[in-house]
Amino acid sequence: MSSDTSTTTTERGRIRVSGFDVDRVEERDPLSSWEPGLQAKEGRGRLEFAWLRFKRNRLALFGGAVIAFMVLLAVFARPIQAPPGVPLLGGQTIQPLSLAPADPAAQNIITGYTEPTLENTLAWPPTGLHLFGTDWAGRDILSRIMYGGRWSLSIGFIAVAVALLVGVPLGSIAGYYGGKIDELIMRFVDMLYAFPFIVLAIAVIAVLGRGYWEMILALVAVGWLPYARIIRGEILSVKENDYVTAAKALGSRDRSIITRHILPNAMAPVIVQATLSIGTTVLAAAALGFIGLGLSPASAEWGVMLNVEQDAIARGRWWAGAFPGLAIFLFVMAINLVGDGVRDAFDPQGDTQQSGGFR
Amino acid sequence: MSLQRFVLKRGLVTIPLLLGISLITFGMVHAIPGDPIDFITLFTELDPAVEAEIRAEYGLDQPVYIQYIDWVTSAAQGDFGRSIITRSPVIDEIMSRLPYTLVMGVMAFGVTVVTAIPSGILAAYYRNTKIDQVSRVFALLGIAIPNFWLGLMLLLVFASGLGLFPVLPPTDQGLLSVEMLSYTLLPAIAIGTGSTALMMRLMRSSMVEELDKDYVRTARAKGLPERSVVRKHVLRNSLISVVTVAAIQVAFIISGSVVVEIVFAYPGIGRLLVDRVGNRDFPVIQAIVLLIGVAVILANFLADVLYAYLDPRIRY
Repeated sequence: MSSDTSTTTTERGRIRVSGFDVDRVEERDPLSSWEPGLQAKEGRGRLEFAWLRFKRNRLALFGGAVIAFMVLLAVFARPIQAPPGVPLLGGQTIQPLSLAPADPAAQNIITGYTEPTLENTLAWPPTGLHLFGTDWAGRDILSRIMYGGRWSLSIGFIAVAVALLVGVPLGSIAGYYGGKIDELIMRFVDMLYAFPFIVLAIAVIAVLGRGYWEMILALVAVGWLPYARIIRGEILSVKENDYVTAAKALGSRDRSIITRHILPNAMAPVIVQATLSIGTTVLAAAALGFIGLGLSPASAEWGVMLNVEQDAIARGRWWAGAFPGLAIFLFVMAINLVGDGVRDAFDPQGDTQQSGGFR
Repeated sequence: MSLQRFVLKRGLVTIPLLLGISLITFGMVHAIPGDPIDFITLFTELDPAVEAEIRAEYGLDQPVYIQYIDWVTSAAQGDFGRSIITRSPVIDEIMSRLPYTLVMGVMAFGVTVVTAIPSGILAAYYRNTKIDQVSRVFALLGIAIPNFWLGLMLLLVFASGLGLFPVLPPTDQGLLSVEMLSYTLLPAIAIGTGSTALMMRLMRSSMVEELDKDYVRTARAKGLPERSVVRKHVLRNSLISVVTVAAIQVAFIISGSVVVEIVFAYPGIGRLLVDRVGNRDFPVIQAIVLLIGVAVILANFLADVLYAYLDPRIRY
C-alpha cells in the first residue's frame, strides 16, 4: 500500500514544486516553533493543517462518506435496546429507527413461481420485494448485510482501538527507555511477526475458542505489533530533540515527557497505520468468519454470511455471495482511501523523497 | 564485509528467533485452561494407574521446561507426536498435505510475478498517463478485495457458470496431473491478486526512482536504444528492491492459502489447520503454526541474503 501512495505524492510533489499551497504550510511550521509559549497551540495547528490538506483530497473524502454511510446503515438498521442491567436506560429503546426493509431473522417463503422445492421457496434471486434476494432460509439479504455491519464494523473499530492501547504504550516504553526492556519487548514483537496475520489469529482462537470478544482478542494479539514497532522508531528520533532535553532539565517526570512532549510528535505514522488497519482487521475478521472460526452462524457478520452460503454460491446462487462480499470490499476500499488521504495529510512530502526526483 | 560473513551474521540472528517462536507455539498450547490429559483421552474417566501411565508416556509428569525441551528436540527431528483425532503421526498428516500447498503457493507466486512486474514496468514508464491510472485503480481494487470472496466469485463464474474448471478438486489424480494443476489455477489467482497489487506498485515506484537517475540520462545521451536503457540499466537496478518484498509475499501467500483452500476445498495445509482448530487437535495445530513461523523466518533470511548479494552496499 505504501507503494500505492507514492504515485499520489509524486503528483503532489509536482504541485509543490510549481508553487502551490504547501508552501504556506512550510512557512507555518518554523514560525510556530519560534514561539515557545504556544506549544499547546502548535500541536493543534498541526492537526488543523492535516485536516485542511485532508479536506482537499476528494478521494479520501469519498471514502470517508462511504464509511459514514455504512456505519449509519448498521446503526439504524434495527432499533437498539439498552441491555436490562444499565441504570435509567435499562430495557428502553435508545435508537428507535429501523431502516432495514425486513427483519434480518424473518423467513419469507414465496411460493407459486416455480416448482416448490426447498430452494425455490426460500432462496430467491433479487426482486423488487427483496432487492438483494433472500438467503437459504428465506431471509432478506439486504437487511442482513445492514444488520451484520454491526458485527463486522464494530469488530474492526474496537480491535484497532484496543490494539492501539496495547501497542502504543509498549512501543513508547521500549523506545524511550531503551536497553533491556527495549530488547525484551522488540524481540517479542519480532517473534510474533514471524507468524502471518491470519495464522496467529487462528492460533489464538484455537486456544480461546470462538466468540465476539475472543475474536477481538485474537485480532488485538496480532494487531498491536505494527504500532509498537512504528511508535518505537518514531520515539527514537523524536527523543533526541532539544525540547525533550529541556523538559528533562526542567525536571518533568518521564510519564509527562512521553505523553506531552514526545507522543504528540510521534503519533502521525501510528494514526496512518491505524486507519489502514481498520480495513485489514475487518478483512481478517470476515476471513475468520468465512473459515468458520468467527462468530456463530446465527449472526449476520459478513464473513459468516458467505460461509453459510458457500455451497450455494458454487452452485450458481450468485446473489447469496456477491452482496456480502461486496460490502466487505467496499468498506475496505473506502478505509484504504481514507488511510492514504490521512498519510498524505500528515506527511505531504514523505513519499516524494522516496520516489525521488523532486528534492 | 564478505557475503559469507554477512550470511553467518544474519544466520545467527535467526537462531534466537526460531527458539522464540518454538517457545510461543509451545506456550500457546499450555495456555489452554484445563488438564492436557483430557484432550488426549477426550474427557473419558480413567483409572488413576492408567492415567499416570499416559502422563508418563506423553511426558506430562515432567516439569514444564523438560516438556518444552523434549518437544523441541523431537520437533527438530520431525516428530510432532500423534494427532489426537486420527491417532496417526502428525508429520505424516502434514507431509501428505504440504506438496499441495507448495504447488499452490508457487503458482500464486508465479501469477504475481508474471503479472506484477510487467505491469509495474509499464506503469512506471508511462507514468501519469492513462496506463498508470488504470494500474492505480487495479492496485486499489486488488488490495481491498477479500481473497476468499474473489475465490468464490472465480469459482462461480469460471467453474460453475462457464464450466471451464471443475467445481471440486479431482480426487484420483496425482498432484502434478493436468487436472489438478488446472484446478489449482483459480485459487492461485485468488491468492495472487492481492500480492500482485502490492508488487506492481512497488515495482512502479522503484522504477520511477531509477528512471530519474543520472546514469539513465547518460545512457540515453550516448544514444543507447530506449529498449536497452530500460532493460539493461533501469530494470536491473529497480528489481533489487522488489526481490526483498518476496519475503513479505511468502507470508502473504501463506495467509491467503489458509483461507482460499477452504473456498476451493483444496487438500492443503491451511485446510488441515482450520479443520483441526475445529476439533481442537492441538499437536497438529502446534506443528503447523510452528512450521509456518519457521518458513516465514527462513524466507526473510533468504531475502536478506539475496538482497545483500544483489546490492553489496547493504552488507555494511
